[in-house]
Amino acid sequence: MADVHIKGVSKSFGETVAVDNLDLQIKDGEFVVLLGPTGAGKTTTLRLVAGLERPDSGTIHIAGRDATVLSPAERDTAFVFQQYSLYPHLSVFDNLAFPLRSPARKLSEDAVRRRVEEVARLVRIHHKLDNRSTKLSGGEMQRVAIGRALVRKPSIYLMDEPLSSLDAKLRADLRLELKRIQSELGATMLYVTHDQIEAMTMADRIGILSEGELVQIGTPRAIYSEPANLHVAARLGQPAINLLPAGLLPDGGAPTGTRTIGARTEHLSIEKAANGHGDGVVDWVEHLGDQNHLHVTVGPKKLVTLTDPDTPLERGDLVTIRYRMPLYFGSDGQRLT
Amino acid sequence: MSLTSAHSVVAPSANSKLVAGTIIVAYALISIVPLLWIFATSFKTPPDSIAYPPKIVFQPSIEGYCNLFTTRTRQTPEYINSLGPATGFCDETVRKRNMVIAGPSNFLPRFVNSLIIAFGSTFCAVFLGTLSAYGFSRFKVPLADDLLFFILSTRFMPPIAVAIPIYLMYRELGLSDTALGMILLYTAVNVSLAVWLLKGFIDEIPREYEEAAMIDGYTRLQAFWRTVLPQATTGIAATAIFCLIFAWNEYAFAALLTSGSAQTAPPFIPTIIGEGGQDWPAVAAGTTIFLVPILVFTILLRKQLLRGITFGAVRK
Repeated sequence: MADVHIKGVSKSFGETVAVDNLDLQIKDGEFVVLLGPTGAGKTTTLRLVAGLERPDSGTIHIAGRDATVLSPAERDTAFVFQQYSLYPHLSVFDNLAFPLRSPARKLSEDAVRRRVEEVARLVRIHHKLDNRSTKLSGGEMQRVAIGRALVRKPSIYLMDEPLSSLDAKLRADLRLELKRIQSELGATMLYVTHDQIEAMTMADRIGILSEGELVQIGTPRAIYSEPANLHVAARLGQPAINLLPAGLLPDGGAPTGTRTIGARTEHLSIEKAANGHGDGVVDWVEHLGDQNHLHVTVGPKKLVTLTDPDTPLERGDLVTIRYRMPLYFGSDGQRLT
Repeated sequence: MSLTSAHSVVAPSANSKLVAGTIIVAYALISIVPLLWIFATSFKTPPDSIAYPPKIVFQPSIEGYCNLFTTRTRQTPEYINSLGPATGFCDETVRKRNMVIAGPSNFLPRFVNSLIIAFGSTFCAVFLGTLSAYGFSRFKVPLADDLLFFILSTRFMPPIAVAIPIYLMYRELGLSDTALGMILLYTAVNVSLAVWLLKGFIDEIPREYEEAAMIDGYTRLQAFWRTVLPQATTGIAATAIFCLIFAWNEYAFAALLTSGSAQTAPPFIPTIIGEGGQDWPAVAAGTTIFLVPILVFTILLRKQLLRGITFGAVRK
């Protein structure tokens, strides 16, 4: 395992700037998740580290060595692709053994077998080693794909939305497994996703990418509670943060220059209006089983928050709404403190 | 019977099945009757082969095959009687026609020429085609579209349109009547087809496979060999059949450019007619044997051929 240092890297495809002057340092054994919407430059960043793309400018150091112009094979990274991960013409065993059988590594077939069996147990696929890779379920395929990265001990694991094609339950299971494996191995990992739950649960640090730029990087806690700007705030939280214009609700204590107020569930206190005069009207209460969403109309705006399963509020109720230390954003979208 | 099954858009109705079946059977008959006729003729005696009305039922004979593989000389009955007992079935058959076997005919060497030239040129065309198609599919080739169009444009005219320049060129270069010359020629004709067919197949193979292999420590060539080729076998097999059929059946260039040591079977078979009367059974025998390699090759690769023909019809 090793550290990776990306310094001032830019990459364009024709007119499109995919990655713009990116600086990112990943420490040895650290799990960094890049979070962003489609087209934010997440995958390009991974491909730049892997050597599948050459940066237009900037440098990439892997384990202290300048790897900017090295070929993918020379960089010693392992990559898990979003799809198409398994070779359809090979069995599960041969898929897992493929990286070990590379001519660059001269491993005995015996050593290959031992390593493959070890990793197969780690990703819990050892009972299907002789299967054709096309005869596996989606979750099994992705476990093999992850296993194929794990058979080597590369300087860094690069994962490009490895769980995105799976259903919700499998995703949750594999998320835990991946985190377990990563901490067991002490692996350095750069993981790309647009799923905020994956980012929040697995990352040591989350980097928020937007239009090729790294907007903010920090611990999940910091990104969630101290977002640098509106864009970052909107990426995390379920239901999504409510962004209300300043002055819509009583907002004493707002710093000067506040244009927008960001309020998550924990930033709002909502109570049934006592005297027939309220700030908003309950639209409806959405029962999702494990949680309830409260939809409230405030003037021209709508709010969504979590609420108790046994909330007495009903559709049509007038409510008073007060902020509890919300997030303040200036006219440029940056957070004010 | 429920209405839904009668009007199902998926299951064909009895009527449409009947129409389709009739068309298929009729087409199959039209296609196969000439072949069956050739096959039957190859087992007739020369008198039976030109009998009128044509004989459907006849006494089978392998005289046609004897005549195909041998050259014979006419002798007097006295001379033939003075010879010892016949050494084999063919010897005996030939003597009944007042002839003796003078030696082997040129059919076998011509047939071998056909095998060498057809398979050799197919291999070259598919080899070059695979590499070019991979290049066009994976790399930013300057003017790629123009180059691909140029490659295709070599098929805009019938190849025989350039027969005279090629004839003159081959004479100057000493390639006339050589196996190498014919392999080069057929490769040149087939390679455009191969590039276009194979590019389609290779485009369908996601490049992530090679990228994964390259990250895992393989060079691009090794990645191509280990991940792309195994997945392109269907396309390669289908392309190989198309190339082989063209090279195997080609007559015009072969007749023009080969006459002796490199002559292929197609121009040779008609020349049998000239040797001692119209020996239709021998011609039919030559044609029958000539069909065998393509038949075997096609049956072996039948699955790939079918997938190759329907290729591109279904998109994922």
